[in-house]
Amino acid sequence: MKTEEIAVAREDTRESVTFGADRNKDFSKEPLCLSGRGVTRVFHTGKTTTVAVDHVDFDFHHGELISIVGESGSGKTTLSKMLLGLLEPTEGQIFFHGQPRDISTNAKKKEYWKGIQAIFQDPFSSYNVFHKIDSVLLDCINMRGGKSLPREKKVEMMTEACSFVNLKFAELTNKYPFELSGGQMQRLMIARIFLLKPDILLADEPTSMIDACSRATILDMLLNLRNETGMTVIFITHDIGLAYYISDSVYIMEHGKFVESGKADKVILEPQAPYTKRLISDVPKIHEPWDLSTVDLTAGN
Amino acid sequence: MAKKILEVHQLTTKYITRQGEDVYSVDHVSLDIEEGKSLGIAGESGCGKSTLALSLMGYYFAPLHYTSGEIIVDGKNISGLDPDTVRKTVLGSEIAYIPQAAMNAMNPTRKVGKFIEDVMQAHEIKMTKKEIRDMAEERFALLGLPTEALDKHSVELSGGMRQRVVIAISTILNPKVLIADEPSSALDVTSQKMVIKMMKDMMAKGLVKSMIFITHELPLLYNVTDDIMVMYAGQIVERGSAHEMVFDPIHPYSRGLMRSILVPEEGTRDVKLTAIPGTPPNLKHPPAGCRFADRCRYATPACKVVAPPLLDIGGGRTYRCSFSVDQLREVYQNED
Repeated sequence: MKTEEIAVAREDTRESVTFGADRNKDFSKEPLCLSGRGVTRVFHTGKTTTVAVDHVDFDFHHGELISIVGESGSGKTTLSKMLLGLLEPTEGQIFFHGQPRDISTNAKKKEYWKGIQAIFQDPFSSYNVFHKIDSVLLDCINMRGGKSLPREKKVEMMTEACSFVNLKFAELTNKYPFELSGGQMQRLMIARIFLLKPDILLADEPTSMIDACSRATILDMLLNLRNETGMTVIFITHDIGLAYYISDSVYIMEHGKFVESGKADKVILEPQAPYTKRLISDVPKIHEPWDLSTVDLTAGN
Repeated sequence: MAKKILEVHQLTTKYITRQGEDVYSVDHVSLDIEEGKSLGIAGESGCGKSTLALSLMGYYFAPLHYTSGEIIVDGKNISGLDPDTVRKTVLGSEIAYIPQAAMNAMNPTRKVGKFIEDVMQAHEIKMTKKEIRDMAEERFALLGLPTEALDKHSVELSGGMRQRVVIAISTILNPKVLIADEPSSALDVTSQKMVIKMMKDMMAKGLVKSMIFITHELPLLYNVTDDIMVMYAGQIVERGSAHEMVFDPIHPYSRGLMRSILVPEEGTRDVKLTAIPGTPPNLKHPPAGCRFADRCRYATPACKVVAPPLLDIGGGRTYRCSFSVDQLREVYQNED
């Protein structure tokens, strides 16, 4: 068989993803979407007091893809809960579209959640197991005020959302979420976001429970989603290599504080903070050597 | 040529489901490791990595069953032995295994030192408590672990320390083969580095003679092991040196895996990741032809009918594909 005969016959889904016009676009001139000043959260357990998030400032611009990187216990999950409005800061203020965020009543909270949605780490616990997939997607259309649309229009919208994440809607109707694989469930989650079209998507480690090869699909779909809808994406992760690949800006978090932030290229390639430097040097790499000789096994004994 | 510590010939093991169906999750796997070398096993979830690790120990319990093949550790055939004999004469002394959840392997009500006494007792080694204690202290000091840890309960240790203590305990009898199944995936990067450093030290000091390291994290594998073997649907699809496998993979599946690597290094941000579409085949009814054909972008109709054999192309490299190395390389070159 000749080489030419090895045809690329299969429809290739991989090439459909683009980075967007500019990987190094300057978002600082875009309007502010979500920002915070002195945001703090203190937990009291018995006599001990834990400052999980300690006076952090941030500016997330419209259409920007931001990564918050930190190890376990750095406070990134507490921060994400505050951003989502599931926890109130004990001090400081969060601004939504430049205005102080008000989620004091349930009605106001619901209104806020139209603007911010989330994808979580565990796709298996993100769904109501009693609801079929079409009802999951129908809920999204209804939430966006499409309740009175004709049935055909709704099916068309759901089909479009599914094809955006390379799922076939026709095969999914009448199925329950747990009949899908982890990667497919996470993609369905992105289809939900596609229908809901919030201003902000908060993705909390959406790929940490998924294989490396499916991970690439999810990441590219998130990038696509941002490029197509122009939503702000806040990506929370412990994987600094992943953060570098996907984001425009990176915030590095340690012990509840941002130790470094800025454009991805600057933070990852020219780290200033000692913590960032250590984090980057501890990650195994493939082009630069991974130096084990400096590891002190007795440290922390 | 260095001595072969582990030789596996055509090992096949299966799971028997509750419905009585056979699932061959390790299918005619042959591999060997020389003294002082390490082998990494990569592949996505469900490809048989962990089952292979369990099968290599020769210790089978339902639903996993031994079907055929040989496992030879340092000249001694351990396949087909009964579980009791394996437990007494193989586990711990010939082959040691560190499971994924090793951090939670210790009974929280007992002190660390007690586990080492248990190991000695299980292998019927006659030593007094004082001798065991001295040996344990010596080993802990050698591996950079505090000897006070022997008097602590597992819950008093940090995650990284607990993992290193478990590794120290399971290798106390100087096994010839150490099988580590994702030993660092639950740890943060700094603790991970310490665990890896300790395992490499153990190899360098000759406490273990060879190592099999299983993980789906390819940059880690690249830095830890001499060779990398990629598994897909219960079979080996490619094996080569770590450098060859990462920078010059032959099999389309390995190439797909290597192109999903994410590292914080200059230039990596501008290269688009490629994903492999689809899901692995159901091994209850494996496809007749190449198992990867359904997801392979280069597959021809013939690929779905004829199962390609594992080809040896010399220099320790093997791959399983109907196309020749030159054909595949040319196609890859045209793509870039």
